Amino acid sequence: MATEAHGTLAHHFDSLEQQKDSAVLGMWTFLVTEILFFGGLFAAYGLYRSLYPEVFRAASHTLSIQLGTFNTVVLIASSLTMALAVRGGQTGKGKLSALFLVLTLILGSTFLVVKGFEYHEKFVEHHVPGATFHFEGPDAVHAQLFFSLYFLMTGLHALHMVVGIALVAYVAKRAAGGAYTPENHNFLEGTGLYWHFVDLVWIFLFPLLYLIGRH
Amino acid sequence: MTAAATPAPGTNPDGSPRVHYLNAAYGLKSWLLTRDHKRIALLYLVSVSVFFALGGLMAVLIRMELVTPAGDLFQPDIYNRLFTMHGVLMIFFFLIPGIPAVLGNFLIPLMIGAKDLAFPRINLLSWYLYSIGGAFTLWALLHGGVDTGWTFYTPLSTNYVTTSVITVGVGIFIAGFSSILTGLNFVVTIHRMRAPGLTWFRLPLFVWSHYATALIQILGTPVVAIAILLVAAERTLHVGVFDPKLGGDPVLFQHLFWFYSHPAVYIMILPSMGVVSELIATFARKPIFGYKFVAFASIGIAVLGFLVWGHHMFVAGQSIYAGVVFSVLSMLVAVPSAIKVFNWTATLYKGSISWDTPMLYALGFIGLFTIGGLTGVMLATLGIDAHVHDTYFIIAHFHYIMVGGAIMGYLGGLHFWWPKITGRLYPAFWSRLSALVIFIGFNVTFFPQFILGYLGMPRRYHSYPPEFQVLNVMSSAGATILGLGYLMPLVYFIWSMRYGPKAPANPWGATGLEWQTTSPPPVENFKTQPVVTAPPYTYPAPTPSPGVALGD
Repeated sequence: MATEAHGTLAHHFDSLEQQKDSAVLGMWTFLVTEILFFGGLFAAYGLYRSLYPEVFRAASHTLSIQLGTFNTVVLIASSLTMALAVRGGQTGKGKLSALFLVLTLILGSTFLVVKGFEYHEKFVEHHVPGATFHFEGPDAVHAQLFFSLYFLMTGLHALHMVVGIALVAYVAKRAAGGAYTPENHNFLEGTGLYWHFVDLVWIFLFPLLYLIGRH
Repeated sequence: MTAAATPAPGTNPDGSPRVHYLNAAYGLKSWLLTRDHKRIALLYLVSVSVFFALGGLMAVLIRMELVTPAGDLFQPDIYNRLFTMHGVLMIFFFLIPGIPAVLGNFLIPLMIGAKDLAFPRINLLSWYLYSIGGAFTLWALLHGGVDTGWTFYTPLSTNYVTTSVITVGVGIFIAGFSSILTGLNFVVTIHRMRAPGLTWFRLPLFVWSHYATALIQILGTPVVAIAILLVAAERTLHVGVFDPKLGGDPVLFQHLFWFYSHPAVYIMILPSMGVVSELIATFARKPIFGYKFVAFASIGIAVLGFLVWGHHMFVAGQSIYAGVVFSVLSMLVAVPSAIKVFNWTATLYKGSISWDTPMLYALGFIGLFTIGGLTGVMLATLGIDAHVHDTYFIIAHFHYIMVGGAIMGYLGGLHFWWPKITGRLYPAFWSRLSALVIFIGFNVTFFPQFILGYLGMPRRYHSYPPEFQVLNVMSSAGATILGLGYLMPLVYFIWSMRYGPKAPANPWGATGLEWQTTSPPPVENFKTQPVVTAPPYTYPAPTPSPGVALGD
């Protein structure tokens, strides 16, 4: 997003403040587009959930609530380390910032590994939509629809995580090299906003896919 | 491009060589790696012109087929591909990027007194994304194209056709991100980069309408992106979100598709309205009547535009109550649209009107947009829509908006700012003639289609009953005139880049910051940072520079 925010003042800005305001507003605007992007899938999920509540509840029960909860905690923790990393950039503590970014990186990767185990479980249980799909219980067609949406939504989220991890790795390297100053750490801040957004998507996915309908 | 760059540079009043954005650097690299919004605008100008020509070629072939009632020129499946590719190329690769990426890109920084857009590299990236998306689409075109209609309705697009749906889908998906990035750049630029003293209500209406356009690009485009992604997933992974056999609902696709594609019509028309506001004020030499109303009407159209998508689905199995709500909301769009038309007309009243080429295009816009808009109100009425749905009435209606409206505005804008963009003037006679030929050709092409549709001729068929032939021949004859009209600017604009007389800074005597810098502008746009102390359109303003009535 804010590639031109590296170094000092770009030629077309009058002040560092204007440059920072533009970078941050640009990132927020980009995140708005991301909300709409996920919004289409959330709308589809909401529609089918309300049309077929029983079978969606039954299918939802097959997801591992332990792994889901663990991953939620991991992601919230990664948002904390990311916030601390941005704070490090704001106060000019590059090394500290880099340390927190590496922690964020580890937590983010943990999430993906756990997600991989969850996906593997679905393969073993034949809950992956397609020719081999099998679901015990009535209305297996709409159970398959639940799993289609489950894989689409968590898959798109995981893809955003992969992009986020690549960004965090890049920013960590630059932070360690002292690239971010209290006056100009726009790229770090933008990466932070993106990371929190991806985290927040999960905060909505988790209850929608795992929790609703459990008593 | 090179023709514009080769003339020996003139000199500034102080004798120093005059360096502007066109002659500041030479060579292919200086264009392909540029971050100057003015050069990127020209890159876009060339690209969208290529796609316009290709889309136009498809239209020519369609109109040739429809000269005779029998389907004798093309096989039905070839005809299906022709109208699909015509729609895809014209909508996604010409009309949507058209005015924002060419004129908006060039003018917004100039109009707000900035050196560039907020994110110059992202601006260049958006052109590359557009080009990559276009390349995918052209590749698919060479491999047979798509035959689903530009709307990609499911389950036809997901389960039945064997054409390059995914390739074109990927092309549109990528081009969509180009559109998002352009909108994002405009929003941030308009918020953060305005010159000192340039408050929101001192902004030219062109900037207001582009702000409204950018909001739609940002909020709408991601939704069509996910819809296309789902179509691709249905075709490859058989996920079934839109497939009744797998428990899905094809109407959901229509909801997601039109949630973007209806507001997308306003992506095409709002920038054109912005152009017309500038032209009317300049050539009537009066401030725009009710400036704030016109400004907020743009925002109003953008907001209402998101609440009316269901009017495309009156006969698609949507609930009748939803239909009634969408019908009423669709009629409401007429309110801000009418505010604009009435305020332009009121601006003309007792104005000192000059009949320069841009003004002819602007007046043409008002007439054609009014017809397109009023037939839109007819279509928003449930009973009439049930009768004329999927007929040529619809075709005529949206061509009046998107060709009569959007393209008239685009050409009017190109003629208005051409001296600023290239530093050259074009022949007055030929350009006025082009406006007239296009206006006549357009009406002869599309007015008969209203009648055809009302009589019941359905869209998307390559043959028709013989009693429709007279009107179809009229329409095809009109298309020939229209095509000639579009070729004329192509010829004299290219001519003017090499042979046209040099343009002064302000050939039309217009207000607006872009006219206060040299033509063409220097790389950094302004020699000194402009400061704004007055509202826009403070006409009567300086008279046009002497000797500049464009060749006459």
